[in-house]
Amino acid sequence: MINQVPVSYYLLLGAILFSIGAGGVLIRRNAIVILMCVEMMMNAVNLTFIAFSRYLDSATGQIFVFMVMAVAAVEVAIGLALLVELNRHKQTVNIDEINSLKG
Amino acid sequence: MTQLIWLTIAFPIAGVLFNGLLGRRLGHRVVSVVGPLMVLASFVVGVGAFADLLARHGEAVNVPLWTWAAIGSFEVNLSLLVDPLSVLMVLVVTGVGFLIHVYATEYMVHKDESGHAHPDRDFARFFTFLNLFIASMLVLVLGNNYLMMYVGWELVGVCSYLLIGFWYDRPSEEQAPIDLGEGAEPVKLPPLLSPAASGMKAFIVNRVGDVGFALGVFLIWTTFGTLQFADVFSQVPHMAEAMPAVLSWIALLLFIGAMGKSAQIPLYVWLPDAMAGPTPVSALIHAATMVTAGVYMIVRSNVIYSHAPGVSMFVAVIGAVTALFAATIALVQVDLKRVLAYSTVSQLGYMFMAVGVGAYTAGMFHLTTHAFFKALLFLGAGSVMHALHDVIDIRRMGGLKNKMPVTWLTFWIGGLALAGFPLMSGFFSKDEILAKAFEASPVLWGIGVLTAGLTAFYTFRAIFIAFHGQPRDRHLYDHAHESGPAIRFALVVLAALALVGGVLGLPAFLGLPHALDSWLAPIYATGEHAAAAGEHGLSLGLELGLMATSATVAVLGIVVAYFFYVVNPAIPRRMARSLRPVFVLLANKYYVDELYNAVFVQPGLKLARGMAQGVDALLIDSVLVDGLARLVGQIGRQVSRLQTGYLRHYALATFIGVLILVGYFFLR
Repeated sequence: MINQVPVSYYLLLGAILFSIGAGGVLIRRNAIVILMCVEMMMNAVNLTFIAFSRYLDSATGQIFVFMVMAVAAVEVAIGLALLVELNRHKQTVNIDEINSLKG
Repeated sequence: MTQLIWLTIAFPIAGVLFNGLLGRRLGHRVVSVVGPLMVLASFVVGVGAFADLLARHGEAVNVPLWTWAAIGSFEVNLSLLVDPLSVLMVLVVTGVGFLIHVYATEYMVHKDESGHAHPDRDFARFFTFLNLFIASMLVLVLGNNYLMMYVGWELVGVCSYLLIGFWYDRPSEEQAPIDLGEGAEPVKLPPLLSPAASGMKAFIVNRVGDVGFALGVFLIWTTFGTLQFADVFSQVPHMAEAMPAVLSWIALLLFIGAMGKSAQIPLYVWLPDAMAGPTPVSALIHAATMVTAGVYMIVRSNVIYSHAPGVSMFVAVIGAVTALFAATIALVQVDLKRVLAYSTVSQLGYMFMAVGVGAYTAGMFHLTTHAFFKALLFLGAGSVMHALHDVIDIRRMGGLKNKMPVTWLTFWIGGLALAGFPLMSGFFSKDEILAKAFEASPVLWGIGVLTAGLTAFYTFRAIFIAFHGQPRDRHLYDHAHESGPAIRFALVVLAALALVGGVLGLPAFLGLPHALDSWLAPIYATGEHAAAAGEHGLSLGLELGLMATSATVAVLGIVVAYFFYVVNPAIPRRMARSLRPVFVLLANKYYVDELYNAVFVQPGLKLARGMAQGVDALLIDSVLVDGLARLVGQIGRQVSRLQTGYLRHYALATFIGVLILVGYFFLR
């Protein structure tokens, strides 16, 4: 069945997901949502990888996806830990209030 | 001993280290022993080298020490030259230097009424500098190349500066106006510079000459490709034909250095003010040794100068004019040391007159005898100062011969030698110079004889005022006393030398041996020697006539001084009143200091002030340094606005960056 869906549809879906993620990163103020948006961008990329993997009949893309998922897991672990620490410190996860690096 | 000649320099340097590092802690008695002892050791080594040289018949020996610097083909070898000229200078410097060191051990200590000794606050520093001077002077005279001579030349300049300003905290002094009697308005005198200012003046004026000297050395290097005396001199005859103008320039530039160091017109102005230093310094540096460095330099470079006749004549003329000029100023000075200082300038003029007309031996002869009698006179003046608690104005002295017989007698001997009284050392050397000058030009001779008369007059004017007649300041006179054994020792030995120093150069035309002439013969270029040495073309009768003339003039000067200042002291005042403009001109030293101040010093200061305020403070400090810092600060403040601290701004920047990169790679 999947063979009937052209690869461009997958790519388009990946691009849409990536754009939504990027938009979320830029617009949202809640750090947890931003983190989730980053995850979404990564998964959009993963989707692209899988689509090309099938299309080109090569396993390389799928293997790469495992790598990305492993890194994503690590990133989430660290990112959430940072957010917890930040919340304890500032009692907020609103990034507009976290601007002590202002020059 | 020849190979050990470096010890002559090493001993005083050891003295410098010892006195400089430990002297203050060990007290003045230890310093009094170590300081003179080191110079005595130097002298002994010098005598050893002299004996060796005598056995070798004056053959020069190079004593290499080490290579100082080697840059490509430019190699500086520290090497000492032991030849008749350098050994003569070593003996004069260390011999007279030793006596003056001994003298200073007493001079720099003041005894109070109860006999308690109070050494000068910086007794050790004084001997440190004095030893350093001896070492520097020996570097100057022993080096076998122009670079070492230049190094020594600068080192003695530094020592001179340090010692003139030795009492750096003493203020400048006013001089009492000269009373001309009978209701005439007294003649005001300019104030004396403070020691610190005098030292600075000496250093700066010397700098002017040193620039000339340095340029001369550079020119020698570019012309000959070497600075070694022997290599330079062997190429000179060839070079004299190839490019005589360059040779003349070298001679002239070197002579400009000599003008500064040896106080000739127009750079003589520092020497009279150098009298602000302690008297042993005046005797050693500003009479006997350092100021004669210029004469030594010209005699050392005799090969160059004899191939540059135009410059040599210029040297002679400058010397003659300086001799007369300084002698006239000395006529009216009231400061005993300044009389002697102008006399030194004048006698140095004689020496330059001699070397200028090619009479190098005569110049060295006068240098040697002058070192004896002028050091003696300065030490005599110092002895008087020591007794009178640093009073040096001859108008407050008088009748001192009863209180200070040894000083009086030795001062007389020095005075007679300076005046050129027959059979004294100064008579022979001055007469030889005058005879050579007559050969070159009777005009030079005329100036020389006139100066000789003035010299006899002003010397004995000072002697008669200071030592004879009635005491003018009863209080000072009552407290005056003869100096102690160290001072008397130096005075007596120098007086003996001043008496018999003439045997070094008895007149050759009378068939007497001229020891110095045959001794110095090896340093002259072959061919030149015949002209430079005693075989002059004057007839015996003319020689005798010249000798009689200078003897007569000397005696005449003394007699006139006796008549003026002992028999009828009213005469000089009457003359001063009737020739008041001349007297005022002389008392103010021809206003040369004022002229230099207006022409050089004030514009120089103005320029320096302008540079400091305009260029340094405004351009460099405000615009460049502060301006740059402000600019960077401004940029930083503007750029720091980009750091909003909002995460999304950073993220947006990242995205835009990514877009730009991707776009670039797509469109490329």
